[in-house]
Amino acid sequence: MTKQDITLDVNGRRYAISVEPRKTLADALRDECGLTGTHLGCEHGVCGACTIIVGGETVRSCLMFAVQATGRTIRTIEGLADGNDLHPLQRAFMQNHALQCGYCTPGFLMLAAGVLEQNPDIDDKELIDVLSSNLCRCTGYENILAAVRAAAAEMRAPT
Amino acid sequence: MNDMPKGPIGRPLLRLEDPPLVTGRGRFVADISFPHQLHMRLVRSPHAHARINSISIEAALALPGVFAVWTARDIPEIGPIDFREGKIEKLEPYRQPVLAIDRLRYIGEPVAAIFASDAYIAEDAADLVTMDVEDLPVITRADDPPGAFDDHLSTEAAVVRQGFGDTTKAFQEAHAIVEIDVSIGRHSGVPLETRGAIGRYDAARDVLELHGAGKVPHKNRESLAKLFGRSTAALHLFEPHVGGGFGVRGEIYPEDILVLAAALRFERPVKWIEDRRENLIACNHSRQQRHKIRAAVDADGALLAIENEFWHDQGAYPRTHALRVAETTCGILPGPYHLGAYKALGHYRLTNKTPAATYRAPGRYETNFVRERLLDVIAARLGKSRIDVRRRNLIRADEMPYARPLSVLEDEVSYDSGDYAGLLDKTLALIGWDELQVELAERRAKGECVGAGLALFVEKSGLGPSDGAKVNVDTTGAIEVITGGASVGQGFETVMAQVCAETLGTDYRRIRVVHGRTDRIEYGIGAHASRATVMTANAVHAAALKVRDKALAVAGELLQAGPASLDIVDGQVVQRERPGGPSIALGMIAHHLRPSSPTRRGRDPGLAAEGWFDTEHQTYPYGNQLAVVKIDRDTGGVTVERYVIAYDIGRAINPLLVRGQILGGFVQGLGGALYEEFLYDDRGEPLSVTFADYLIPTLHETPQVDVIISEDAPSTRNPLGIKGAGESGIAAVGAAIASAVDDALGVPGSITSLPITPQRLKRIIQNLDARSVSS
Repeated sequence: MTKQDITLDVNGRRYAISVEPRKTLADALRDECGLTGTHLGCEHGVCGACTIIVGGETVRSCLMFAVQATGRTIRTIEGLADGNDLHPLQRAFMQNHALQCGYCTPGFLMLAAGVLEQNPDIDDKELIDVLSSNLCRCTGYENILAAVRAAAAEMRAPT
Repeated sequence: MNDMPKGPIGRPLLRLEDPPLVTGRGRFVADISFPHQLHMRLVRSPHAHARINSISIEAALALPGVFAVWTARDIPEIGPIDFREGKIEKLEPYRQPVLAIDRLRYIGEPVAAIFASDAYIAEDAADLVTMDVEDLPVITRADDPPGAFDDHLSTEAAVVRQGFGDTTKAFQEAHAIVEIDVSIGRHSGVPLETRGAIGRYDAARDVLELHGAGKVPHKNRESLAKLFGRSTAALHLFEPHVGGGFGVRGEIYPEDILVLAAALRFERPVKWIEDRRENLIACNHSRQQRHKIRAAVDADGALLAIENEFWHDQGAYPRTHALRVAETTCGILPGPYHLGAYKALGHYRLTNKTPAATYRAPGRYETNFVRERLLDVIAARLGKSRIDVRRRNLIRADEMPYARPLSVLEDEVSYDSGDYAGLLDKTLALIGWDELQVELAERRAKGECVGAGLALFVEKSGLGPSDGAKVNVDTTGAIEVITGGASVGQGFETVMAQVCAETLGTDYRRIRVVHGRTDRIEYGIGAHASRATVMTANAVHAAALKVRDKALAVAGELLQAGPASLDIVDGQVVQRERPGGPSIALGMIAHHLRPSSPTRRGRDPGLAAEGWFDTEHQTYPYGNQLAVVKIDRDTGGVTVERYVIAYDIGRAINPLLVRGQILGGFVQGLGGALYEEFLYDDRGEPLSVTFADYLIPTLHETPQVDVIISEDAPSTRNPLGIKGAGESGIAAVGAAIASAVDDALGVPGSITSLPITPQRLKRIIQNLDARSVSS
């Protein structure tokens, strides 16, 4: 299959890559850009492990082709922290024991980051709805919910 | 013995594992690549049972980018997959070949392997392989009559038996006999990370490497070294980050052997990453059993005898664990209760479905459901409360240790310590059991269909016999703990660091914990059957005590003080009686112990030691679980409103992580109780092949959970008093929820199978309604 030259804008950097049109965005990020923090759990859009932010929206990168992401701003787990300063969500996940194996964690972090950016005052019912769109097999979710609530409160607090 | 400093053990310290995992720096097997690697893709059987006439690989081989295609005839030197714990004569002929030889026995069975330059091309090529087969009769139920495994062997591969006492006599003399017929559905661990394996051969050093190992790297190295005829020094396993284990990840599967064989043959790294459909049909299934069980009881509800016949649906082949789930089912079923006589008879049968093996709490999730169902029905038959019947039979604290002539994992069952009634009191007090009954009665009077249920259980953990660890302090004072343990996400590094830090008097954050690497330590027990903390932490403790003694001896000489007058605080050896007096850092002591140091005075160089922990028996934690549910009678949907888990762990190294294990296990158990099931049609076609069909619980389905972590009964079988935590949350979820659903329906024993899906429950409700109309 013929490859196409495209440029992806990921975490503020430009990646000039050559991919088949059928290559998923998740595979392109992992294989072509070396950004392996985005994980694949099902490759059919159910588990949410591959959640990233494209153009401000949370998307499942296993359901998008890389060629569809050209010209869009892409954010992955590798860009969530500000240098060495962790994002409040990252700190809250550690403090609340919201991860065990850590495989679903990048997806949950990007899901929560995207949602809190769009709706900082999200109510609890909505938050539970949103977080129910990703799967975790280790934690039993309670600590993930607690971590996101804690980070949301911190992010809302006047600085 | 040295006084133990009051340190990190027992504190809810944050995990050392987390920083890379929250920043995208984890290294899971799919994240690892080697130069010039090939990608492997398997062609899997589309037939549940068939004889192979021919396999056509020419079209696949012709595809540009395809390097090689293997069928069984390309690897005649590689035998079937062995059992982990040694030879089992009777099961040998049933072992799974790495690639199917002349018969296909389940949909998903590996038939051919494609090796290509790119994973997408390998998948294209796999679609081009065709096979000509002759269909054979398909068996999908273990309780159907056995069929033919091949021309000679029956599909009843084994029969397992355990028991004691005279059950016949007990049944003759019983006040009442209670019999039930109950089944547990086929489900499994389903980690969020699929499996993966990379084989790599270093021809320059003649070392074969397997990357992507988990669970039991050292034991698997022994098996693989035997299979490939290599010394263990020429074969190494490497455990990367592992995205959940739950018993299924890290066993030796056909794919692990294939990547190693191909890496050797091609002298190129070979990488295989499973996709989710493969994971759901090729990774171990578990749990599926039907039990016909009956109890003889006296008028008071005392268990005089139990006869337990069951059919274990093993799937198409035995796997590495062989008979262990069936054997555990026999040995652990009596749980926390006295029992006069017992007879267990298990039919270990092969069916044309994905092979099954151990999934978190194997043999306990099943038997807790079966036994607690039985007790609920006994209570109803005798007109007693569910609680009273249980209390009548509980083994008492003053009877510990309590042994029975049964075995679990080839270890005689002997409960080491426990106060089962005491823990039950705590659970009932927390929920306010009597008030809850009143509240539920009021809600039922208003038309709600609500109920509460309870299950008691005994867990098992810490199977030995031995594990070792090494502790090394470098000249900067940084500490390396080298273990043969494995990490499947449970917080292994943090717990080992806490134990080492407690013993050595240092900050746990200065400790680096090595695990899952056969090139760093010769032996290792791995991470399975809730034994890592019991076995490996006690070995770390033993090694750290030796390092502590050595450090104090050297420091005593340097400070001119008796070692008994010294302590280690924050990595400094200090004099107890002289706060602020002279002290010496552990790193400096390591400096004095360099090979060239004159002050080491004939001691072996290095501030390092190896420690071992040996144990004769497992240790038995225990718990109970309580569920409050609400049923939608129109849809058959079950909502779990509240859940309580009480668990006595002996001694919690890190209560934060123990609670995490319990919560996570609970939600997996909830899946097996209400949602998760591998379904097949009559032709053996798997119907649960995506996450849209195989339903894992989400946050939405997760209720409020109250956790009681109790430390009333430390283990008497290890110096730290530890019992295992990993399987406690899941162990009795099916049991407790079934009891609660019964209670809501007002008909004890109405739930006879898991999972309690809306379809099944709706049918039960309709039958009950029909019965009440006709009566």
